[in-house]
Amino acid sequence: MSNHKIMNTPLDTVVSVENVSKNYGEIKAVNNISFTIEKSHTLGLLGSNGAGKTTIIMMLMGILKSSSGKINILNKNIYKFRNQISKEINFASPFVELPHKLTVLQNLTVFGHIYGVKNLSYKIEKLAQDLDIKDLLKRRVGRLSAGQKTRVSIAKSLINDPKILFLDEPTASLDPDHADWIRTYLEHYKNISGATFIIASHNMPEVERMCNNVIMMGRGKVIDQGTPSDLIKRYKRNNLEQVFLQLARNDRV
Amino acid sequence: MILFIRRIYAMILRHIYLFMVSWPRVLELIYWPFLNMVLWAFMSKFLAQNSNFFLLASGVLIASVIMWDTLFRGQLGVTLSFIEELWSRNLGNIAVSPLKPIELILSLIVASLIRTIIGVGGAGLAAYFLFDFQIPSYGLGFILFFINLIVMGWSLGLAICALLIRFGLSAETFAWAALFFIQPLCGVFYPISILPEWLQPVSMLIPATYIFEGMRLTFFDGIFQVDLLLKACFINLIYIFIGVSLLLYSYSFAKKKGLLLGNAE
Repeated sequence: MSNHKIMNTPLDTVVSVENVSKNYGEIKAVNNISFTIEKSHTLGLLGSNGAGKTTIIMMLMGILKSSSGKINILNKNIYKFRNQISKEINFASPFVELPHKLTVLQNLTVFGHIYGVKNLSYKIEKLAQDLDIKDLLKRRVGRLSAGQKTRVSIAKSLINDPKILFLDEPTASLDPDHADWIRTYLEHYKNISGATFIIASHNMPEVERMCNNVIMMGRGKVIDQGTPSDLIKRYKRNNLEQVFLQLARNDRV
Repeated sequence: MILFIRRIYAMILRHIYLFMVSWPRVLELIYWPFLNMVLWAFMSKFLAQNSNFFLLASGVLIASVIMWDTLFRGQLGVTLSFIEELWSRNLGNIAVSPLKPIELILSLIVASLIRTIIGVGGAGLAAYFLFDFQIPSYGLGFILFFINLIVMGWSLGLAICALLIRFGLSAETFAWAALFFIQPLCGVFYPISILPEWLQPVSMLIPATYIFEGMRLTFFDGIFQVDLLLKACFINLIYIFIGVSLLLYSYSFAKKKGLLLGNAE
């Protein structure tokens, strides 16, 4: 059931992945996958640990070279035009941190300059207000709670108003209240900005709520894909978590 | 501001911020060169009182130690600035950003220059005020000596950064130890004629060898030998080319192996 395509018009396509593989010696981390993502959509990448989700995200961001296949981001080849594309994308993950010794304001200032943000002070103030981190600006990142760090990391990832935002487990290690706050904010941001999100997550309710389309991965391959409701209907389950468990267990067998 | 300058400025700002919020880091920069200089200054004083040889070249040991620290701090400045990104698990954010590898290299070099000026500058001023240390005439020549030493430090620092990208923090030891492997070979405190004959050609491949030889000549004989400086410059050009190339190659290798994010599944 690999190599499904979500049909759309080429003009709306912001991410196009064609027959992409990534091999580490004999190991096929990603095995001949293809998919496209429409503008302003949110794609969820689901799969067990080692399924290849982060590998795909790294290739889409151009920091990992594919072994074969073609990846276009914003209608440009990611490896040929990475310098241009990198200004239009951003990334947040609890596993990649900001310098702990620097304050929130210092970190946002540094990344604002790296991304060439105009009116940087205004931009930081706006993000601080939106993400409720105004009181944290003078505090060191290393002294923040997990929830506060996540909000700061999201602020960094939105500093350049990205057209495509990559989120690797955006609410991992957050309590339900903080996680819900983050999801609500991201949904709000997507609605006003028209940005495209690509989320790798193990949190099924999160994916069900936020994603227009889902790609289920197993051992580097696309096992299935579709909208969350389609998948639930197709597998005759009550929610995405049950679908995930069935697919993951079938894949293991 | 041109965007590539702004990106380099951002990375330098990152290190300046780090110094502003972490005074032990600044103290550490000054502490070791200062202590080293003081130790050798007293040693120098003692030797000058008991030996005509050292009386003739008062200050040569202090100059040696300050110049050695320039080389060491130059290398350490590049390497530690890069290690900061690994310690803080920030390399992924940088790799995803529009910062190009060559811009990262330039920012590391400027950060190293700042670190070296703070560290060695402090020790130099202390030597001047506390021990009446003065470099001989040929001031411009001496500046070129210092530039050559710091450039050699950068080359080695970049090569170590290449190892850090490839092997991660397990290669951290090289940051502290690599230069001490070279120290006996480049004649910091003695002429390389002391070395066994078979080892001397090896030391001739190190730019610092010519700088330390040239420095001693100005102290002992009052001669500034331009050819020594030119040889150092020539080898340094090769070294910096190799250092930059190794880091760029390592970065490209990391892109093939998925080492930049550090948590690829």
